[in-house]
Amino acid sequence: MIRLVKSARVAAMVGVLALSGAALAGCSSSASGGGSTSSAGGGTYTWWDPYPQHDASSDWTKRVEACGVAAGVTIKRTAYDTTALTNQALLSAQEGTAPDIILLDNPAVSTLADTGMLNTTESLGLDTSGIDPNLLAAGVIDNKTYGIPIGANTLALYYNKTILDAAGVDPTTITDWATLNDALAKVKAAGKKGISFAGIGTEEGSFQFLPWFWGAGAKLTKLDSPQATAALTLWTDWLSKGYAPNSVITNSQNTTWEEFLTGTFAFDENGTWQVNSAAKASFPTGVIQIPAENGGAAPAPTGGEFLTMPVQKDTARYATTKKIVECMTTTAGQVTTATTFAYYIPPTAAGQTQLLSQDPSLKPWVDAVKAAKGRTSDNLGTKYPKISQAMWTAVQKALSGELSPTAALAQAQQAAAKATS
Amino acid sequence: MRATQTPPVGSPGTPGREAAITSPSGPGPRPAGRRIRSTQWAAVAFAAPLLVYLVAFYAFPLYRNIELSVHDYTIRAFVQGNARFVGLSNYTDIVSSQTFLPALRNTALFTLVSIAFQYAIGLGLAVFFRNNFRLSGVLRGMFLIPWLLPLIVSASTWSWMLNSDSGIVNSVLQAFGIGQINWLTSPGMALVSVIIANIWLGIPFNLVILYSGLQNISPDIDEAAALDGASGWKRFWHITFPLLRPVSAITLLLGLIYTLKVVDVIWIMTTGGPGDVSTTLAVWSYREAFGTGQPAFSPASAVGNLLILIALVFGVVYLYLQRRQEES
Repeated sequence: MIRLVKSARVAAMVGVLALSGAALAGCSSSASGGGSTSSAGGGTYTWWDPYPQHDASSDWTKRVEACGVAAGVTIKRTAYDTTALTNQALLSAQEGTAPDIILLDNPAVSTLADTGMLNTTESLGLDTSGIDPNLLAAGVIDNKTYGIPIGANTLALYYNKTILDAAGVDPTTITDWATLNDALAKVKAAGKKGISFAGIGTEEGSFQFLPWFWGAGAKLTKLDSPQATAALTLWTDWLSKGYAPNSVITNSQNTTWEEFLTGTFAFDENGTWQVNSAAKASFPTGVIQIPAENGGAAPAPTGGEFLTMPVQKDTARYATTKKIVECMTTTAGQVTTATTFAYYIPPTAAGQTQLLSQDPSLKPWVDAVKAAKGRTSDNLGTKYPKISQAMWTAVQKALSGELSPTAALAQAQQAAAKATS
Repeated sequence: MRATQTPPVGSPGTPGREAAITSPSGPGPRPAGRRIRSTQWAAVAFAAPLLVYLVAFYAFPLYRNIELSVHDYTIRAFVQGNARFVGLSNYTDIVSSQTFLPALRNTALFTLVSIAFQYAIGLGLAVFFRNNFRLSGVLRGMFLIPWLLPLIVSASTWSWMLNSDSGIVNSVLQAFGIGQINWLTSPGMALVSVIIANIWLGIPFNLVILYSGLQNISPDIDEAAALDGASGWKRFWHITFPLLRPVSAITLLLGLIYTLKVVDVIWIMTTGGPGDVSTTLAVWSYREAFGTGQPAFSPASAVGNLLILIALVFGVVYLYLQRRQEES
């Protein structure tokens, strides 16, 4: 029972230590931005991103460093895990040691902007007019823009062509919930498993539920609407009818993808980032957009990161920061980002056109991204994380059978209203 | 802390120093006073590393935790350092929350059931391994594996094994004609599952401590009782078990405090879900602080302080029992 590592306590401890270090000694300011004051010629600029999977020798690091070289400086890149990045950013802002550029998960932008630690794109003179408004929305709070998306991804339905063919389902006929349910019934009758998704009790669970929630016409400001109940009932029915496995309640998006790759599921709700993996699967796959309840494509939530520029004491640094940001967000740069990862769709019309000319198979994803919606949009901003927590809790309670969808959502609305009041 | 107190002149504690200080002075007390002060400084200097350590690693985090819990630390306030003082309202919010009673109940169940089984199984194994037999050392070593594995490994393994649809536990049960049990995903089973995993994790600790406790009991007593005709069960119940009482008490206390704080196993296996079904106070605190897109440090630290209080109560109970035992 002796736990050498207690993640929570360690995390808290690290935080506390960082704080106490700053409070007691006030000596950590030298860590910021390499401490260079001569902004024009040379110096080191700090860059944080949430891609620990890309190491120092990766194409991604080389791209980032090249943009530094073009701006005449050296970039020191540090990668954190997505959740850790937000916490690190908050701590660094508190200590006044924020990096020059943070590549930040889009729902976190409004959270950090709310603290006053981010510069607006207007104040740095960056142009955001070419960016699709639905993709930029996650970075806009009260008409001010706090970052630039480097690309966007979203959710769609991957299907296993072998299973659908055997069950006699034509994926192009799936246009609304009724036709999707018919397809799932046929797959089940053919002795295969219907659909897998991630209903885990974290942000991922909300992310996966939103296309159905929005697709029914529900709004995040009213979690207990009849439309929301319809969406949650769709999911609980899948479980009770045996279309979806019970394990979706604890599935993360990675787990559900592993399930799909075993070749036993007809459908899987997953993201743009699995495109390469789907191409390598042992069976032919395809993609359709998630249908809305009454037909058409449901708005899926946007994923992807924003380039944000934290406030610095030395404002002379901004000129070079701007050059680096511009270098990373040119049309050519965004297409390179898309092809380097294959899971980012450029956020500009020009970038999308150029990407499709290189790889026409990404068409369903470009369409999905165009129909997508930011989670913190509708000026929800920092309220979103609280609403989201209430929502995923309701999803968990309903899927596990603890409460009916109606009762679970009523409770969620109460909790969300209390948390955001 | 005793080291920091400089004994007054003439105290019986430091005869050598007392002589050195008092002998040259005699009628004039002044130099003696100065000398005392310098030894006081020396004492403080010697204690300083310990004091700094205690302040940096115990007092400050504790102070910060309390400070967080009586302010309203929004994200903005956290960065700008201007949180509003709200008194105990974080605590009243916590106590009146829908999660509070289930979390308290889950914490009690999780802790008490885990400890009862860990202790009983650990003691059984310790007694079993006391009879040295062939390969007993190897076997005992193998029982330590749960302790040595990184928690993320063992908790992930448990969650795979208990997977509703493709877990090995369910496929074994199905081979015997027992239907699918939703270990981690049904409201009735989730807490049971995490308790089972936690018991497995805790057995080695109990085994090791109780085994070493048994080593300290002289075999002569046991032998004498056997000569007097006491059966094996009677010898255990009337001799071994009472002699093991001090070791048992500390094992249970440590186990209790560790189990109260468990986050990792539960978080990895169920994230406290479905809903709040397997949420304990520790998991709740973690979720508030790090489990959502927006850290809520103030409620999280309020829950954390509540946990500290609970652990403290049991610590005091332990001290009281220990003192009573020493007196008797």
